[in-house]
Amino acid sequence: MVDPESGLSLTIARIVQRLQGSSLHSQLERQARVSLHKPEIKLESLKEDIKDFLKTSGWEKKLQNAVYSELNVFPSPCHPAAPPEHMKEPLAYMRKAQRPISEQKELLNKWNEMGTDEPDLSLFRPVYAPKDFLEVLMNLRNPNYENGEQPSFRNHLGLIQVPLKVKDIPELKEDFSELGLNIGQLGIDDSAQVPPEFFENEHVRVGQKVLAEQDSAAAQQYVRQGCPTALRADLWALILNISNQPEDILYYEQLKSNVIQHDLLVDSLIYKDVKLTASNDDYYFVFEDYLYQVLLCFSRDTSVLEHFTYSSATPPKSYIRGKLGIEECAVFYPPNGVIPFHGFSMYVAPLCFLYHEPSRLYQIFREMYVRFFFRLHSISSHPSGIVSLCLLFETLLQTHLPQLFYHLREIGAQPLRISFKWMVRAFSGYLATDQLLLLWDRILGYNSLEILAVLAAAVFAFRAVNLMEVTSLAAAEAVLADLSTLKVMPLLQIFLFATVT
Amino acid sequence: MSGAAGPGAPGGTARAPLPCAARAAAALQLGGGADPARPGVAVIDLRFPRGGAADLQEIVFRNFYTAFLSVRVQRASAEGPRKWVTCLRDYRLMPSPHTEEGSQDYFSLFRHQMLCDVDQVTAVRFILRQPSPVWLHFTIEELQIYPPSQKSPQKDFPSWLSQLTPPEQPANLHGELPDPEKVSTEVQQMWVLTEVIRARQAAARIGRFDVDGCYDINLLSYT
Repeated sequence: MVDPESGLSLTIARIVQRLQGSSLHSQLERQARVSLHKPEIKLESLKEDIKDFLKTSGWEKKLQNAVYSELNVFPSPCHPAAPPEHMKEPLAYMRKAQRPISEQKELLNKWNEMGTDEPDLSLFRPVYAPKDFLEVLMNLRNPNYENGEQPSFRNHLGLIQVPLKVKDIPELKEDFSELGLNIGQLGIDDSAQVPPEFFENEHVRVGQKVLAEQDSAAAQQYVRQGCPTALRADLWALILNISNQPEDILYYEQLKSNVIQHDLLVDSLIYKDVKLTASNDDYYFVFEDYLYQVLLCFSRDTSVLEHFTYSSATPPKSYIRGKLGIEECAVFYPPNGVIPFHGFSMYVAPLCFLYHEPSRLYQIFREMYVRFFFRLHSISSHPSGIVSLCLLFETLLQTHLPQLFYHLREIGAQPLRISFKWMVRAFSGYLATDQLLLLWDRILGYNSLEILAVLAAAVFAFRAVNLMEVTSLAAAEAVLADLSTLKVMPLLQIFLFATVT
Repeated sequence: MSGAAGPGAPGGTARAPLPCAARAAAALQLGGGADPARPGVAVIDLRFPRGGAADLQEIVFRNFYTAFLSVRVQRASAEGPRKWVTCLRDYRLMPSPHTEEGSQDYFSLFRHQMLCDVDQVTAVRFILRQPSPVWLHFTIEELQIYPPSQKSPQKDFPSWLSQLTPPEQPANLHGELPDPEKVSTEVQQMWVLTEVIRARQAAARIGRFDVDGCYDINLLSYT
């Protein structure tokens, strides 16, 4: 691969280049200039004195947090000979599989209907639902892989036929070692029967200390054991490196003015989606207005386009009416390059419980989208991408519940058909909100979405006895229809650490 | 598959790959077989034009489902027939040969990773192995060999900066006035720092997505 020393200097150069344009850079410059008036800064040792000053005044910590955040978000630099699309997605056949043809035609048809000023919502169907996306994933094939007609060891028994590398339980145990049986967890060790002196009080104390230190890396390690409710909003903001600067509030106000200035077709899709999903949900209907505010601004935010450098997807391009082919009039549509699908608003809804100022809520959602949620609806070979998550789920189920897997397959109820919608929405809308937030704590803490696949398999393991009795897909769906009573952390612990293999 | 000189690698020092002619991957044949089985071993031979010899610094290629790579080189020797020497043995390209990891990645092999000296090489042989039977084809592509390059001088470092320290020490004054040479070098350093800061442009986006206030679109393309 890349020479290790040049790989490190490439990473450093990239991070420096990205941070140079940021507001942190100008703040540091301003602080350095202000410090020149201080008596302890001497001209002979200017550089070292300023560095010491920045260290003691806490600015070095902010810089550390920014660097850590960049390292978390961007993948390590590829080989210098690799073209940019290789960094987005190394496998050529996955790059080609990005958009189904039917979806393209769908959008063009809607365009022609867009004559009215008032969006008549009955004319709009959602662009695609998770079910359609699953069909696309099922048909993904590597042309170099031997997909023979006869069933053999090469054909996977589940729906996904792509031979990606997924972890098995011993590797998952190592990766998720902080979820082990002998380590305290919020979601288990804070229940009413356990006296708080055992774990909860100390955990909250450590959390407050982490917040006081303002250290992103420590916060990320801390939330692996769960986040106390009172500290969750601030800890998540620290991990995602969101500080509510005046510039950020101004940016949000600018987006709001864009909403008023330009109407977009995706606005109608968003209205429809919110009405169909979040407004019908018992927990989230109160946040309807927040959801509109966040999502309408989100679709006009061009800074989201940056995530396409490491996402396998490409934003659709378009031209101003009448200027087809002229590059200066080429724009991305929608401005953020993301077309919302059915259920998209459920990514935002749980965050409304944590954040009440719209600009802060917006920034948290945007950062969570460009770090995690975009992987759930784009086709890529990344270990946290939805294809790998589906394969991980199927492999875990096959390996550890082979009888259940075989039975479900025989009755025509492939398990992935049921669990796909859970994973695509990151379980939002299916779990109770407090349990969902505990799950999302771990997503942030481990910087990966694999826990979604593990939880899906754990849910099947929990209801295995009932599932062995069903005889149809509809009955299997009925058994797994209601997850709102499930407790997430005990399920994960039992599946990973307490199942006899 | 040709190994002719491609475009130079991006980066500060421009370097051109060596021109060479590579024969296509030949699979290992088992004698007397009726059905051509897939043996899982293939060989790519590479020679330099006109029988010339070259020093190797770096070998760059793009993998296509090869799991292990061995490299042998033939060196020009003054006495006797030329010998083949193994310079890389069973280098793992795919951590898990049944799965996709590493299957289409770009790789670099440097001379410090080689087991033997790779100067004055007349031919290079790549032995590709893919023990997993699930892949239909395997090979390596976009093969390029780079010779050792000369260090280019730093372009963005003005030469007068290296002469900041004064060459001779003048007679120093009494303690009332600061040493003028010392002050002038410090002021020069500060000026250079401010120049560098001013030259750097901020790369933050403005956030406008429309063209001259207009965002009226009538078709979408995904290409």
